[in-house]
Amino acid sequence: MAYESYVLVCGGTACCSGGADKIIEAFANELEAAGLKEKVQVVATGCLGFCEQGPIVKILPQGTFYVQVKAEDVKEIVAEHLVKGRVVQRLCYDPEQAKKLVAEANIPFYQKQYRIVLRNCGVIDPEKIEDYIARDGYKAIEKVLFEMTPEQVVDEMLKSGLRGRGGAGFPTGMKWKFAQQQPKGQKYMVCNADEGDPGAYMDRSTLEGDPHSILEAMTIAGYAIGASKGFIYIRAEYPLAIHRLEVAIAQAHELGLLGDDILGSGFSFDIELRFGAGAFVCGEETALLQSIEGNRGMPKPRPPFPAVKGLWGRPTVINNVETLANIPVIINKGADWFSKIGTATTKGTKVFALTGKVNNSGLIEVPMGTTLREIIFDIGGGIRGGHKFKAAQTGGPSGGIIPEQFLDTPIDYESLAKIGSIMGSGGLIVMDETDCVVDIAKFYLDFTVDESCGKCAPCRIGGRKLLNYLKKITDGRGTEQDIKDMEAICDAMNKASLCGLGQTASNPVKSTLRYFMDEYMEHIHDKKCRSGKCSKLIQYKIDPAKCKGCTMCARKCPAGAISGTVKNPHVIDQTKCIKCGACESTCKFGAISHG
Amino acid sequence: MAKLTLADLRKMREEKQKALDMRDSSNKDVQVVVGMGTCGIAAGAKDTFTALINTLSEKGLTNVLVRQTGCMGLCHSEPTVEVVVPGMPTVIYGHVDAATAKDIVDKHIVGHELIEGKILDKPSIDIVKNA
Repeated sequence: MAYESYVLVCGGTACCSGGADKIIEAFANELEAAGLKEKVQVVATGCLGFCEQGPIVKILPQGTFYVQVKAEDVKEIVAEHLVKGRVVQRLCYDPEQAKKLVAEANIPFYQKQYRIVLRNCGVIDPEKIEDYIARDGYKAIEKVLFEMTPEQVVDEMLKSGLRGRGGAGFPTGMKWKFAQQQPKGQKYMVCNADEGDPGAYMDRSTLEGDPHSILEAMTIAGYAIGASKGFIYIRAEYPLAIHRLEVAIAQAHELGLLGDDILGSGFSFDIELRFGAGAFVCGEETALLQSIEGNRGMPKPRPPFPAVKGLWGRPTVINNVETLANIPVIINKGADWFSKIGTATTKGTKVFALTGKVNNSGLIEVPMGTTLREIIFDIGGGIRGGHKFKAAQTGGPSGGIIPEQFLDTPIDYESLAKIGSIMGSGGLIVMDETDCVVDIAKFYLDFTVDESCGKCAPCRIGGRKLLNYLKKITDGRGTEQDIKDMEAICDAMNKASLCGLGQTASNPVKSTLRYFMDEYMEHIHDKKCRSGKCSKLIQYKIDPAKCKGCTMCARKCPAGAISGTVKNPHVIDQTKCIKCGACESTCKFGAISHG
Repeated sequence: MAKLTLADLRKMREEKQKALDMRDSSNKDVQVVVGMGTCGIAAGAKDTFTALINTLSEKGLTNVLVRQTGCMGLCHSEPTVEVVVPGMPTVIYGHVDAATAKDIVDKHIVGHELIEGKILDKPSIDIVKNA
């Protein structure tokens, strides 16, 4: 026995509160009455993501997508759609365009994601080269090697408007052009897979899900700039990505898609892996090259830029994983196609690792120009646990914290810079009102102080000073002068640091000072942290009216800070209290609270 | 395998394209695709994979191909499993533990029934197919 149709009713939290249960019940009754019980299966699903228009009902196999369905509508859906096979137009997403917009793929909400970089992730078997080839893999290589000159390839890149996805957004075609213009001889193509931002995992997922796209792109770049040798610099913490790259390289070798005389074209290119030990600074291109050469990973002043004098003093192009993943598609579909996606200054899509206090954490890819609101509330399904949105952090430790008033800013390199953040590699961390911005700034500074290579003073000393000030403020010892000092240090680090790490390390502090000064002032003047994150600012209190004098808390307190006699209200000595919270969880009468 | 020439590569692409397309047509055997990126594996995709293989061999179902793939992007619902059964809509399940994996074989593949509460949706359109 097989069902002919399936009714999917969204069983996510939002749709359930909108009455999804009643809809399921109504379907069961109506189908029974219509004699379709054996032919149609009704199932509750996980959240389908389109909570704004819930409750959602989807009918398969047609893929018809009904929104804002009520139990009263079910009778009509059964009678019209399931019995007569006619779409109930009035319940479709946009009634005016209902004829076209019946399937979910046509709804703008689902079009908010657009997968170029992640085109094969979750579709192909990453360890089978055949799967990649079947999905237009190595087709761009054919076109490049047999139909295009290196100059044409570079022109195509320039025309596409692709910019580096590692964070700084330098035009990829320009980089290639500089390297191409260098005199012939040994040149190198390097893939930067040293993804170091906390919370970012788009490069990792791309390498794990679609390793061949990176090999193909590197070969294309090699042909364009005249390099015969490529290196992928990947961190040793990514064992699965390394394994899949190794498998992919071996397979490409076997089929002659890497190595000598690729496809009989006369062009030879080979790729080797180099493992990083996980130093954040090695994501900076000059430090990365040092590390590949076997030296300690420390940045060098630029110029000379790597495109002129890079690996072992030879012209070298360094592109990030996500940048490279775009390249085969640009070659296949053309620069014109690519440059139609995105904003005026920033073309194409961006992959974000959406994490933090959001319902649907995951890996998403959206066209440039999508707003934070669309990403967080439409794709991400809003804030977890019904909390309120407070801020979003982009660009990891080099990025800034974006408050609510900028949720509707269309994202590209320029717009993010304007509001004090950066695109970065694409980590997007969502925070709610239970997060303290001073604490967050401290977290990022802690990270950059740890990761600073120590070569230049502004970063080495400035970072440490900033961190000490932040610790002082979160401990409740801060003064207004501290804020002024911090602003001066931020400025100095920004201007005088040698590499991107130091230049941007102050961004989390700068952006929080800019948008959340009131919270800093609360920490300094009122000795209060409104989120309760800064544990040293918490005060535990016993309500004498509720305390029965059971002595439980005094016995639990590891610091001996609670005193009192049996059957009389107890008191906490704030100077001894270590803010562990043991008393509050022990009290059976709810007499102890913190604030 | 011998090194490819240009013609070989084109021929191979055409053949394999057909094989991938077959996933959608109704005379092809059942396919189960498990998302095995780091996110999936961390959430227990290896157990899911093993449970699928074991249940299938217990039942003696030889027409089912179990494949792995990378991250589908639905990291909040890992492990994710896509099930392609002829004559049934293609479905992605989330939070698939070993028990659900067994359900997928028993109910979905054998019984042609969808499983309650676990169905998710593909996050976006396919740019390769929509060329």
